[in-house]
Amino acid sequence: MGSEFPPASLSRRDLLRMIGVAGGSALMYQAMTSLGFAAESTYRRPPPLQGSGKGSVLILGAGLAGLVAAYELGKAGYKVQVLEYNARAGGRNWTLRGGDTYTELGGHTQTCQFDKGLYFNPGPWRIPYHHTGVLDYCHQFGVPLEPFVQVNHNAYMHNPEAFGGKPQRLRELQADWHGGIAELLAKASGKGALDDLVSKEDREILLESLRQFGGLDSQFRYVAGRDSSEHRGYAKEPGGGPDGKPAFSNPVGISDVLKSGLWKQLGMSALYEYQTTLLQPIGGMDAIGKAFVREIGPQIIRYNSKVTGIAQSDGGVTVTYEDTGKPGTALQAKADWCVCTIPLSILSQIPIQVSAEKAAAISAVPYMSSAKVGLQFKRRFWEEDDRIYGGVSTSDTPIGMIGYPSHGVGTKKGVLLGAYAFFTEAYEFTSLDPATRIAKALEYGSQIHPQYKKEYENGMAVAWHRVPSTLGCFGWWTDQAREQHYANLCSLDGRIVLAGEHASYLPAWQEGAILSSLAAIDQLHRKAVAGGAA
Amino acid sequence: MKALLFGWIGLLAAGAAAAQTNDAAFFARKDAAHVTGEQIFTHICQGCHMPDAKGAVGAGHYPALAANPKLASAAYPAVMVLNGRGGMPPFSMLLSDQQVADVVNYVRTHFGNHYTDALTADQVKAFRPPAPKPEDSR
Repeated sequence: MGSEFPPASLSRRDLLRMIGVAGGSALMYQAMTSLGFAAESTYRRPPPLQGSGKGSVLILGAGLAGLVAAYELGKAGYKVQVLEYNARAGGRNWTLRGGDTYTELGGHTQTCQFDKGLYFNPGPWRIPYHHTGVLDYCHQFGVPLEPFVQVNHNAYMHNPEAFGGKPQRLRELQADWHGGIAELLAKASGKGALDDLVSKEDREILLESLRQFGGLDSQFRYVAGRDSSEHRGYAKEPGGGPDGKPAFSNPVGISDVLKSGLWKQLGMSALYEYQTTLLQPIGGMDAIGKAFVREIGPQIIRYNSKVTGIAQSDGGVTVTYEDTGKPGTALQAKADWCVCTIPLSILSQIPIQVSAEKAAAISAVPYMSSAKVGLQFKRRFWEEDDRIYGGVSTSDTPIGMIGYPSHGVGTKKGVLLGAYAFFTEAYEFTSLDPATRIAKALEYGSQIHPQYKKEYENGMAVAWHRVPSTLGCFGWWTDQAREQHYANLCSLDGRIVLAGEHASYLPAWQEGAILSSLAAIDQLHRKAVAGGAA
Repeated sequence: MKALLFGWIGLLAAGAAAAQTNDAAFFARKDAAHVTGEQIFTHICQGCHMPDAKGAVGAGHYPALAANPKLASAAYPAVMVLNGRGGMPPFSMLLSDQQVADVVNYVRTHFGNHYTDALTADQVKAFRPPAPKPEDSR
């Protein structure tokens, strides 16, 4: 193992930053769970549940997992009812717009002041092209999608400790990183250092490919000139007329690139989950949840319902709950079966009649923290002044990143993702009141965009450990916990089966919720048609 | 990349030298070794347990640390801080033994708590779980 640990110069903070800047639950997931491979979604559109369902199913939670269960089981002939804690469906599939109010744990209420047409997704905000389950439901329900820009070569990379704190353009940094590496490798080859490793014929091809890869000149040097400027951009853009001649830009030496640490942020966007093309529903991520509600019929969902107990017997399932408007009055719902999608952070506090193994699994998964801030600005200075159209700037400050809207290009105003923090910085953002979170996002973001101070209008801040319906962002699995508990978590227990991103290998992703739900209802349905008493 | 990501676990106190701006809301890396129990509470714990340590209630709840009989034994909060449970994340990879002791001692002597038996770093050490094994070392 020793050799696999990073060199001492790569600090814990650096690594967390690497994860944070990617913005990716997926990255965090890799780091935390040590699941070292990125698997393509296993989703294939399932055949309709075979044989007609008889009986009733109670579904706890109207997030994507619960909505998938309600839709598919309803279609198969079951009588379905959904209990939802919130006054809305969708769960973490959630979009904030002007006029919305949100009260977090601790009592702070924010009223969203965004202009009409502007929005902010506090939860999921992008769909990888290989999350075919999410995409398939979007297509089935006619949810229109548009490209989500993840990587923007003109966005900034920022480390207050590097380049005098001046944000660097991604294209310049990437070109100088690649160019510097290519030049070194070409030199090493010229000195015979690769002779033992590569055949003579391959070395010649390698050199040519290095020239292309790195923007090297005819002498295999990475220096100011057309070759490098075609990668990193020009000091003076090529133009027209008498003054049209471009001026080449000056590369930064590889030593400065390496010492800046900014190269760490470059690798993230190359990873599978962030490769183009990502997609987003037009108008906000909650279009998906809303489409499900339309398909299953709104009367199926009972809102404002807080589950307080889940019991089962040979005859069926009994769920005790209360209306959040009338706490203290116990209500009951009964059904033959139960699909429970309540996050484990909450389910671990609710008495539930399942095996000791499943109860242990429910308590074995702590929840990861994250926090997001959405900021509305008077004008789209990132487009007008900085020529940044969508994508992400990364920052080695607590905000982690700035996300630019992929939609509404060229319109007057816009909402930026002003902070997306994980782990330590997320705990710290969570510990601040919402107004201070916004103030901090503005303070750090203005190191990249000084226009912030003049153009800011209003904002919303969501820290997931303060969201009353989730008490955390997503299930934080380790390999050890997976080995011990994952099978027990996912198994059908009498008449109860669990679903949600926590019951998947795609933590935090909507795809995980959908795949887990399809797997759960498949188990339930097989047992039901087999005549399955518990 | 995989190997890099695996190796991230380290103690807050072991952070590198690069500094954040001087900001009371966020730990500065250069100061990480000097973070106090009170600072850990205000930067991390109060996010869920709330600034008055009275907890909160939603679909589930965050327990109060004020007037909570489970704090009678210092071992209980120490194990919770290290391992996490339910909504609570583990902090074993973030806090040193001394920092775990400091924050437990802070909570057990504030918010109306008046426990006099201070937890030591050595006692915390005994509760520390083994570091999780990366998949490719199995």
